[in-house]
Amino acid sequence: MNVPSNQDLVDFVTREARLIDQHRFDEWLDLFTEDGIYWMPLEWGQTDPKLVASLMYEDKFLLTIRVERLKGNRTFSQKPKSRCHHILQVPQIERRDEAGNEYVTWTPMHYIETRFDDQQLYAAWATHTLTVDDGRLRIKLKRVDLVNSEAAFGSIQLFM
Amino acid sequence: MARYRGNVEAVRSLVRDTEVHRDVYIDEEVFALEMEHLFANTWIYVGHDSQIPNPGDYFGTTIGAQPVLMVRHTDNTVKVLFNRCPHKGTRITSETCGNAGKFFRCPYHAWSFRTDGSLLAIPLRKGYENTGLETSRAAAGMAAVRHVKNYRGFVFAKLNDAGMDFEEYFGDSLSSFDNMIDRSPVGKLEVAGGVLRYMHNCNWKMLVENQTDTCHPMVAHESSAGTAVAVFNRYPPGTKKPMAVEIYAPFMAPYEFFENMGIRVWPNGHGHTGVHHSIHSDYSAIPGYYEKMVQAYGENRAKAILGENRHNTIYFPNLMIKGPIQLIRLFKPLAVNKTLVESWTFRLVDAPDMLLERTLMYNRLINAPTSVVGHDDLEMYERAQEGLHVDANQWVNLQRLYSPSEQADVTAEMNGTSEWQMRNQFRAWSKFMTMSM
Repeated sequence: MNVPSNQDLVDFVTREARLIDQHRFDEWLDLFTEDGIYWMPLEWGQTDPKLVASLMYEDKFLLTIRVERLKGNRTFSQKPKSRCHHILQVPQIERRDEAGNEYVTWTPMHYIETRFDDQQLYAAWATHTLTVDDGRLRIKLKRVDLVNSEAAFGSIQLFM
Repeated sequence: MARYRGNVEAVRSLVRDTEVHRDVYIDEEVFALEMEHLFANTWIYVGHDSQIPNPGDYFGTTIGAQPVLMVRHTDNTVKVLFNRCPHKGTRITSETCGNAGKFFRCPYHAWSFRTDGSLLAIPLRKGYENTGLETSRAAAGMAAVRHVKNYRGFVFAKLNDAGMDFEEYFGDSLSSFDNMIDRSPVGKLEVAGGVLRYMHNCNWKMLVENQTDTCHPMVAHESSAGTAVAVFNRYPPGTKKPMAVEIYAPFMAPYEFFENMGIRVWPNGHGHTGVHHSIHSDYSAIPGYYEKMVQAYGENRAKAILGENRHNTIYFPNLMIKGPIQLIRLFKPLAVNKTLVESWTFRLVDAPDMLLERTLMYNRLINAPTSVVGHDDLEMYERAQEGLHVDANQWVNLQRLYSPSEQADVTAEMNGTSEWQMRNQFRAWSKFMTMSM
């Protein structure tokens, strides 16, 4: 693949959510480019990830720690393990930059995370900045804006 | 049936030399008494005056269960007002921060109040003629908290007349605030970056005790910090340690590290870990910062300020500060088993931005609801909140490195794995709980 179709972009975003829901975290991690970032801002419309607080701003190294931790024998906050569930609207193509090899999608979603008897519902918009790398689509930046990003939350342990 | 209300002896009996009764964590009546007495007789952190730089600026928060407003009055002093209209009880402001202009105006009936709370005007005032309104509580305006202290920008308030004055209450513990503030070349901090808010289904005191619990990091955080170290160790030798590893790795330091860091206790429940060094001691230097400090303070004083690397300082009852990284955590009690943890960060005025960037990374990695270190801790608190309902043993042990010669309300330094600071907190708890009962 050199130039993805719009359907390729939609399929990618849909599959990404599926990998998380199915706990296929190694495959999920592999979707990110080596300098890929997962960003969950704290502020509405936040533009600065470094001098303004975020809930998450993680490179592949930090994401790898999370994925490995989820498998750990002494990861007590994952005994029992959390489960999650994404409901996505059809991803909308926000921008196609074939010359710059950059494609942006915008996906409103509901995300449910559950552990023990507790089940939490979150509403968010996911913005994926994708690129074709070695013949396949990968994530340069996944930005998740929670509708209520400044609210007080309990533990959010998986990935939206 | 009330077991503790009006029963000073019953409350005192909850705290023994080396253990505390579970009711301090799980009994709703004890929690209600904490709100009425402990959080009224002690100095509680309200906010930082950089949040309200201009006259009319306000910031809404709580002291225990009481909604209050911190406001910059027209004479530039900081006032703390109870956030209710004296007329019908309506909360005056709904936004957390804002500017009231020259006066607060209640959105319900348009009664207005000066920024010191005093009544300014009532619409259709003639309806109150000859009713005696002037002697009512309503005419007194928005009640102000009488005891307010702005210590170098950090605003504290005490609701009751009982208790100590600010200086006596905090004493030498203020040295931790001084060190945090002096780390700015101009001796000034500003709230910056935004506040992380993490809801905990546990009693607020579990969090306070955890701050000086140096025997848990290498155990409870093996999953997060241990994994961080393991993942980094897979990189080729000589790889530059990322900032995140500098932050995570010290959590996995061995017991000796924490034993040797030391703990210092002060009277009235205050104390800190990291007398000699801390998990913040070995962070990389930020380019240009040391030079600015030397320029501002001279070499000796700059070295003294930056050489102090206190770990966690507890300002009893519910504030913790980290001077070396300009981060504070406020443990707000919402219910006997519910606590809102607010983690605030500060910019050192006139210091490089990279310091704030590191502070924000620390806050994100350690204190956010999405933080794996936070997940480790909260799991333990929640398990304790449940486990304490076991009737067979109703006591929590605080005995580590206890000696029968241990005195209350003294200044002392000791082995960093001592639980003296936890005992210190509970002795203060007993004192300030019963002071007004």
